Amino acid sequence: MVDIPYTVKPHPISGLYSGKLGVWLFLASEVMLFGALFSSYILLRVGSDSWPDGSELLNVPLAMLNTFILIISSMTVVMGWTSLKLGENGKAKIYLWATVLLACGFLIVKGFEYGDKFSHHISPATNNFYAVYFTLTGLHGLHVIGGIVVFVYLLTSGSKLLEENPEYYTNRIECTGLYWHFVDLVWIFLFPALYLL
Amino acid sequence: MAETAEEIREHSKIYLKVLLTLLVLTGVTVGASYYDFGSVFLAVFIGLFIATIKGSLVACYFMHLIHEEKLIYWVLGITVFLFAVLMTVPFLTDANSVFNN
Repeated sequence: MVDIPYTVKPHPISGLYSGKLGVWLFLASEVMLFGALFSSYILLRVGSDSWPDGSELLNVPLAMLNTFILIISSMTVVMGWTSLKLGENGKAKIYLWATVLLACGFLIVKGFEYGDKFSHHISPATNNFYAVYFTLTGLHGLHVIGGIVVFVYLLTSGSKLLEENPEYYTNRIECTGLYWHFVDLVWIFLFPALYLL
Repeated sequence: MAETAEEIREHSKIYLKVLLTLLVLTGVTVGASYYDFGSVFLAVFIGLFIATIKGSLVACYFMHLIHEEKLIYWVLGITVFLFAVLMTVPFLTDANSVFNN
């Protein structure tokens, strides 16, 4: 079996290990994905005669709580990575499990929000505002689920790598962290764009 | 990237400061949304301006962009350009209707 090159040591030309370059290229494509949806949102909003005030239709306190949850989860990821760099593996796992719990908390809060809307027979088909709201927050929610899956894998069966090759494992956590920060970053823009403006 | 244990610990303190700033700015964003700025454009501008500051903090410190390799900056530079084009499309559509009239 041939080993994947430059998983730990940086490539002599790029100065980056392969995983990190790959994640940044992936994130670039993600920027364009969410960018296309934001662009559609602007097009629909600018082109309509009237547009509802998000703060009157959506639950701002719950969304604010979710913003706090995601920001704190970004902190726990970076602290997990820092702990791995310092060789404090036990501490790192606590931080990373905290991230998973916070991510689950985010989804539960979002579940309450969606549940309230569905109980009032509000769906993406109701109007353009709700179509945009459900599409953007739904896609974002799928990204949160994706992050949870990767973190749980790295903390369970994938954690064997921590014993075999700690540097490689730390790099994997850094790559997952980059993805997670991006998910946080998207929410930072979604929150005011949908709920407040 | 941090190399020594001391430098890594020093970075942890910066992360904490960034976290507190992000939490405060979230409160400011919500507070600003209840203030009447007199125009929707100004309210949108201020809301997105605060979001941009928060996004920049996450990108620069949590994603370590302040000390990243040049290749990443090139990748992001191209992405930002294409993103800007994408954001301009709705306004070009609007401009088209203006020119036709």
